[in-house]
Amino acid sequence: EFRRFSLERSKPGKFEEFYGLLQHVHKIPNVDVLVGYTDIHGDLLPINNDDNYHKAVSTANPLLRIFIQRKEDADYSAFGTDTMTRKKNVLSNVLRPDNHKKKPHIVISMPQDFRPVSSIIDVDILPETHRRVRLYKYGTDKPLGFYIRDGSSVRVTPHGLEKVPGIFISRLVPGGLAQSTGLLAVNDEVLEVNGIEVSGKSLDQVTDMMIANSRNLIITVRPANQRNNVVRNSRTSGSSGQSTESSLPSSTPNILANFLHGEEESDEEDIIIEDSGEPQQIPKAASTGESLESLTQIELLHESTQNGFLPSSEMNLNHSAGSISMEYEVQDPDHKSEEDGTVITL
Amino acid sequence: MRRFLRPGHDPVRERLKRDLFQFNKTVEHGFPHQPSALGYSPFLRLMAIGTRSGAIKLYGAPGVEFMGLHEENNTVMQIHFIPDQCQLVTLLDDNSLHLWSLKQHSGASELREEHRFTLKGPPGSPPSATQITAVVPHSSREVLYLGTESGNIFVVELPSFRVLEDRTITSEAVLQRVPEDNCNRRSCELVEALREHPKNPDQILIGYSRGLIVLWDLQNNKVTHHFLGSQQLENLYWQRDGSKFISCHYDGSYTQWPVSSDNRQPEPLENLVPYGPFPCKAISKIYWQTTKNGLPYIIFQGGMPRASYGDRHSISVVHGSQQTAFDFTSRVIDFFIIFSSEPTAEFDDPSAMVVLAEEELVVIDLKTAGWPAVHPPYLASLHCSAITCSHHVSNIPLKLWERIISAGSKQNIHYSHMPWPIDGGTNIAPDPPQRDLLLTGHEDGTVRFWDASGVCLHLLYKLSTVRVFLTDADPNDNMNTLGEDEWPPLRKVGTFDPYSDDPRLGIQKIYLCKYSGYLTVAGTAGQVLVMELNDEDAEHVVDHAEADLLQDQEGYRWKGHEKLKTRDGPVRFEAGFQPFVLVQCQPPAVVTSLALHSEWKLVAFGTSHGFGLFDHQQKRLVFVKCTLHPSDQLALEGPLSRVKSLKKSLRQSFRRIRRSRVSSRKRRGGSGNASEVQEANAKFDQDALQEMELAPVQRKIEARSAEDSFTGFVRTLYFADTFLRDSSRHCPSLWAGTNGGTVYAFCLRVPPAERRMDEPVRAEQAKEIQLMHRAPVVGILVLDGHSTPLPEPLEVAHDLSKSPDMQGSHQLLVVSEEQFKVFTLPKVSSKLKLKLTALEGCRVRKVTVANFGSCKTDDYSENDLAVLTNLGDIQIISLPFLKLQIRYPCIRKEDVSGIASCVFTKYGQGFYLISPSEFERFSLSTKWLVEPRCIVDMPEVTSNNHVHNKSGMENAAR
Repeated sequence: EFRRFSLERSKPGKFEEFYGLLQHVHKIPNVDVLVGYTDIHGDLLPINNDDNYHKAVSTANPLLRIFIQRKEDADYSAFGTDTMTRKKNVLSNVLRPDNHKKKPHIVISMPQDFRPVSSIIDVDILPETHRRVRLYKYGTDKPLGFYIRDGSSVRVTPHGLEKVPGIFISRLVPGGLAQSTGLLAVNDEVLEVNGIEVSGKSLDQVTDMMIANSRNLIITVRPANQRNNVVRNSRTSGSSGQSTESSLPSSTPNILANFLHGEEESDEEDIIIEDSGEPQQIPKAASTGESLESLTQIELLHESTQNGFLPSSEMNLNHSAGSISMEYEVQDPDHKSEEDGTVITL
Repeated sequence: MRRFLRPGHDPVRERLKRDLFQFNKTVEHGFPHQPSALGYSPFLRLMAIGTRSGAIKLYGAPGVEFMGLHEENNTVMQIHFIPDQCQLVTLLDDNSLHLWSLKQHSGASELREEHRFTLKGPPGSPPSATQITAVVPHSSREVLYLGTESGNIFVVELPSFRVLEDRTITSEAVLQRVPEDNCNRRSCELVEALREHPKNPDQILIGYSRGLIVLWDLQNNKVTHHFLGSQQLENLYWQRDGSKFISCHYDGSYTQWPVSSDNRQPEPLENLVPYGPFPCKAISKIYWQTTKNGLPYIIFQGGMPRASYGDRHSISVVHGSQQTAFDFTSRVIDFFIIFSSEPTAEFDDPSAMVVLAEEELVVIDLKTAGWPAVHPPYLASLHCSAITCSHHVSNIPLKLWERIISAGSKQNIHYSHMPWPIDGGTNIAPDPPQRDLLLTGHEDGTVRFWDASGVCLHLLYKLSTVRVFLTDADPNDNMNTLGEDEWPPLRKVGTFDPYSDDPRLGIQKIYLCKYSGYLTVAGTAGQVLVMELNDEDAEHVVDHAEADLLQDQEGYRWKGHEKLKTRDGPVRFEAGFQPFVLVQCQPPAVVTSLALHSEWKLVAFGTSHGFGLFDHQQKRLVFVKCTLHPSDQLALEGPLSRVKSLKKSLRQSFRRIRRSRVSSRKRRGGSGNASEVQEANAKFDQDALQEMELAPVQRKIEARSAEDSFTGFVRTLYFADTFLRDSSRHCPSLWAGTNGGTVYAFCLRVPPAERRMDEPVRAEQAKEIQLMHRAPVVGILVLDGHSTPLPEPLEVAHDLSKSPDMQGSHQLLVVSEEQFKVFTLPKVSSKLKLKLTALEGCRVRKVTVANFGSCKTDDYSENDLAVLTNLGDIQIISLPFLKLQIRYPCIRKEDVSGIASCVFTKYGQGFYLISPSEFERFSLSTKWLVEPRCIVDMPEVTSNNHVHNKSGMENAAR
């Protein structure tokens, strides 16, 4: 059934109010519903918080089509890119015949139910040419899936341009976490690992650092492809060139604080079995004043339920970068020949 | 990193740290790796050894040691002491000469390089023109005579190394005086030997390699005598009175020549091939030593019959009818004879022969009948069988010390009682603060006990575990016993024996309780022996038990080596540590961890499959625990299938062989093909470089998973009396840590002493901790209520430690390769941690609790963790707060065997292997420092005595 009503575009209000309004309009005050809308590209996208609600209202042209489904019998697969045009897109079906034909619909839960897999963080404090990527290995069966190598990069120093040794991503394992996020690519230079600068460290040291942090790995890279950088309005483009070369001396303490906090928060917890009983997580002896249980810890308890997801259902919270990921895959055509290289299993 | 440096700026603590910690590499113990030259000064009574890496080491009386290193790191070819001086000259293989001197500085002597010099020929001359082959420091101490490949002899002034060109002895000048029919240009090629006349410093004997020998008058610049040898010359030696000299030759012969004023071209007195008549190898060096009784000692190196004994490294001593060919275990580098250097003495009267072989130093007593060997107080060959593990015990009680020494002295009865003949210099270092033992386990199943208290690492006692087992080698098969009339009269000397009868005998872990004298050693084939010190020989049966570590696992097959077969019936053991219990792990995998609690009489052992606890009082296995992960296929199959890529490792080893061939060719090659070799080297380097560029080194970034192999590998075992179950009652406990980051804790019930034999020891698993980062657990430690590590067993009973605080709550410290974590006890909750790897990218290789005393005040000391990382850095981490105190680079990170061999002592010192045969000793403490400190005084030199004294000058040419 259809309802049609109007909203003031300049003052959309809060999602809660909108949700209430919808329930009121449809006379379903106690029914949980999923709300979706069609964006300008014809994709069915969810409305479930203030941000995407505002986005939906602002993109209304002029009509905003909203779909409401009962939560219990909702078809989650309806959401996502290309969802509205899929049926008509014959070409894509021809090109990728195996893709959608016989597969049952994949159940996608609400974004707040997702476990984060990767994210770009600290965009506000990093130079535009750098990218800080957080990979959440915890609870995933996917391998981290990347390799690093020694190399050299050119830096601006007080003495002019200088070639300095650096650590680079040398390959992404197909199907690995690193590749699936699309945030890391071959030849990206690794600048920091969990807040620690890698300059002056050997390849083996950086390897060990990454593995030691593998459950919550934050790597700051200078992407080899600088075309997909986040562009910020606050910075003039002129200053970005310089900031690339300096290793952000001013902002480092800030970052470090961030990391240490993050580290404590999401730190892995050891498990103890007392008297051959049930495994338990080891509690912290002295409370550090943090009452918040970390997201990842909760995930551990629900791990079994999470395992039902197929890898393709993983999604980036902050940035969906599927298209970029495709591009990188193509960039690395010769990875098979490197398979027999000097890879040392750690 | 910043995180730890920043809050560390407490000025009081910083000052205290300076009083506590200090890093020094103090002394190198053992036998120099790849020695290449030997020198001796009878005047200083000091011996010098040069090595292929350019090191030069001086040794005198025990404790008197000096070390120098040539900047070039080139092979030391020759060492010559300047007569009657505290100076020596070295010749390197790059043809450079270096003058070193011993100078006193702040109360102790130091070895310093003073000058260096390379002989330059006229422009355009070939390099062989100045390639030095023989060096003689003249007894006037003012000049050096340098024989060269071209046959010319250059004279350089000391200490300036100025070439005195007008005094050069050219081969042309020599040839002028030699009758032409016997000589041509070529007979003066290459000066093989130069010897100053023992009585007349103005005469010098020159031997050319083609056999021509001339006596040259330095005053008149002319040949006074010439001696026409027909054989290629190897070396020369003057008789003490200068009336005769002896030459030795390439064909294994030696010749005596008279020197008298009436005959300018004498015929040889005697020409002998001692091991003829069949072709013999060269005699490369010879001594002729006179004695009071008239019979000379003739001592020569080599000369063995080529076909049957050409592979022996021998030195023969002939004295009248006595003749022995000492057969050395490795190539003889050089040797010298210690004889009377009194200028007034009429005879040489040799007392000892000092032989530097490639792998050991052997000293033979020539005064005692039978010519027994002398037990050297230093330069021990640590690697006589390859070292497989080491264990250090500090502060040995005097009683145990004496018993070990007494057991050792019974093993050394075949040594000579002669006092150590090389006794120059004075040791002024303070007496070692305590008695320390270093125990090394070897591949051949022996354990050696070294006195590691002071500068001289000295063998006290050797223990063999071989007798317990049946091995292929027949113990009666003695290669040394040769019949009476055997010819040549070979006698094997030395201890270097790198060939193990059975690799399974190898010792992997050692634990000695210094209070009870209990020793436990564990080996490659899962054998664990518990031993007790007995002062008498004894014959008894060794109790035997088996520990099946795979008890409840099904379907596994061990593809590694078999367990060792044991000897049935009683076995005779010599005085010393005698085994009384043998536990054999099944599967017989290498024992990877070992702990002994001498008070509870329990021994715990672990392998890659699990761990077990054995009660050695009741001789009963208490329990076993399998730690295998079901998917860990590698650990199950044994060491044979561990090879990841056979093809790759083969390729690498071939590459290594190729490389070593190239480098050895470089060493051997003289000047002639040097350029060719260099070219080959350059090409090789280029190839290697290209190869590297083609396949860049990559590292895989992957989280550790439970399925990784060898997770069950037991890395550490620890006994503690602590609060495992509840906070009111403490009990004995056993802790085990695995490669997969698991810690198991077992609660033990040990019956009280009076019922110890009647009731069984019980064990029950109380806790299992899984570290989520899954890194190997390398250390477990319990801290008492005062945050002090629990004392060792029996330490309190012997009043050597305060009783641990059992009131406050105990804490558990778990050290993994990546993190340090403190947990509370009995309820395990995490309290503190230091994530070393995440912050610095290094991993823990070794960790020990060390006690550091302040150098300022006697009453302050603290316990810290001494940690060695995989990068070769040493870090000191405070207890119990886990703050990084200080970091020192110690071992090169490429030196994997050095890092693996490192042991720390309880007082902040440590040892690691710098070569298969040498331990470097280091100290982290300001208070405990063992380093050589010695003085070499110039003995009184009476004027004009150098003429006589000269006979002692030894040429260490080749």
